[in-house]
Amino acid sequence: MAHEFLIEARGLSRRYGSHVAANDISLSLRKGEILGLLGPNGAGKSTTMKMLAGVLAPSAGTVMINGVSLADDPKRAKQSLGYLPELPPVYPELTVDEYLRYCASLHGLRRSERAAALQRAKQSCGLSEVSRRLIGNLSKGYQQRVGIAQAIIHRPAVVILDEPTVGLDPIQILEIRRLIKTLGQEHGVILSSHILPEIQAVCARVMIIHRGRLVYAEPLATAGSEGFRTIIAGFLRMPAFDVLLSLPGVGEIETLTGSQIRITVDNAGDDPRAAIAEAAATHGWGLIELHAERRTLEEIFVELSTGDAHALQEAA
Amino acid sequence: MSLVLTIARAEARRIFVSPLAWTVLAVLQSILGVVFLLLILDYAQNPRGPESSVGLSDYIGGGLYSFATLVLLLVMPLLTMRLFAEERKNGSLTLLLASPVSLIEIVLGKFLGLFSFIAAATLLLAAMPLMLLVGSNLDLGRIAAGLLGLSLMMMALGAAGLYVSTLTREPTIAAVASFGLLLMLWLMQVLSSQPGWIGKLLGYLAIVGHFENLRRGIFSSVDIVYYLLFTVLFLWLAVLQLDSERNG
Repeated sequence: MAHEFLIEARGLSRRYGSHVAANDISLSLRKGEILGLLGPNGAGKSTTMKMLAGVLAPSAGTVMINGVSLADDPKRAKQSLGYLPELPPVYPELTVDEYLRYCASLHGLRRSERAAALQRAKQSCGLSEVSRRLIGNLSKGYQQRVGIAQAIIHRPAVVILDEPTVGLDPIQILEIRRLIKTLGQEHGVILSSHILPEIQAVCARVMIIHRGRLVYAEPLATAGSEGFRTIIAGFLRMPAFDVLLSLPGVGEIETLTGSQIRITVDNAGDDPRAAIAEAAATHGWGLIELHAERRTLEEIFVELSTGDAHALQEAA
Repeated sequence: MSLVLTIARAEARRIFVSPLAWTVLAVLQSILGVVFLLLILDYAQNPRGPESSVGLSDYIGGGLYSFATLVLLLVMPLLTMRLFAEERKNGSLTLLLASPVSLIEIVLGKFLGLFSFIAAATLLLAAMPLMLLVGSNLDLGRIAAGLLGLSLMMMALGAAGLYVSTLTREPTIAAVASFGLLLMLWLMQVLSSQPGWIGKLLGYLAIVGHFENLRRGIFSSVDIVYYLLFTVLFLWLAVLQLDSERNG
């Protein structure tokens, strides 16, 4: 059974009394895709993920997982789901093996499949050498890995990871990122974080949630590579502006410092950089710097979460 | 059904790998051991003739089990508090909620897991009077009725505690609240001496009253049905509570 979308959520809302934790959030996830949910603390990321995982019922909206409605047939829908909540849901008094075996049988894995599944999950999460240790005695990083192993042991189509690298040291963070990337090849992964580099490192697509609303949803490639509107240029000898303005694509010019100018292009598709370089060479301006000013994800993030998010969404 | 057993097995395992269950069993056994000894000494010093209506099984078995109800009232909340409150506190409840398992299966599994403790406690309680088989003729039927009554009562206490445990995320609050609830149910027995229909009603509802018959060796289906209904009611309330939590 192949469905186009592994997760299809429409109009998800969640209210706690008068407080709206999530408002009209729609998202979809395809196979082999890693989607990042980004947002400042308390933006509604965890609430959204809880609703996707079926732990929390939405006040409004529907979730389809692998084509099965989470509200109508929760058991079947949850079979294709692996979920790591903010706190890894582990039992400190069990050993890693005992715990993972329990998780495997909870997800309906047959006795014969369990041993292999256990091996695989331990191997991908680097847990093989701590199999027989009590989870309560493991470090936070290892407990987090046990939490991830729990989410992937039954090879679900969808893996939902809520802040998977919180509390880990830099080396462990790199390891977990590598693991998430490998997971993204076979499964669909949704991952949340309030740390930008994290999302940039692993996700193909990003959604920014702010005050319970989805305010930005684009492939990561758009934020950064294409569609620049301004160029920064630096010269040893300041050029004559009328020569520059006569070049195709150049709109306005603004002096930044003694040697630097910002050039706004006429249309988003124009790229006058080559022409500027040629002109600089023929007129002997001494070109020392020339690059497109890119809108990074960080700028978008800061802009969205500090400015009026609603207005930005209307404009988008 | 196999999922219920899976959860029950894990629950039983977690009960018995934690020192709590063993401590509770040890304390239970020491206290009841002292009571048992006192009852034997008392019986030996005041021998009753063969014509007496109170026999050894009644005096020692019955006396021991009636004291046991009070101790169990105190210890059951300690075991039930971990079922949901503690799991909610350390976040592991999410594992069950996100698994392809229904709420009914979760509650039944946890209750069955708790039953492993009830069975262990019952076995220990059976061992003491059965020791007397060496030197006396016991009325095994009476002992068995008393044990059946005790385990039914523990089931009812456990179900009530399990429900209270779903209401909070603090294990201590769960323990104190279920202790209060159980004590209220127990106090109804005292109030049942009031005249009129109120006394009758309270006497019917009191949790210990129904044990009294079984302890005296009277197997009446009313008492069995009472305990089973009591258990099912609280388990059902627990399912409703978990469901409303997901929606609320």
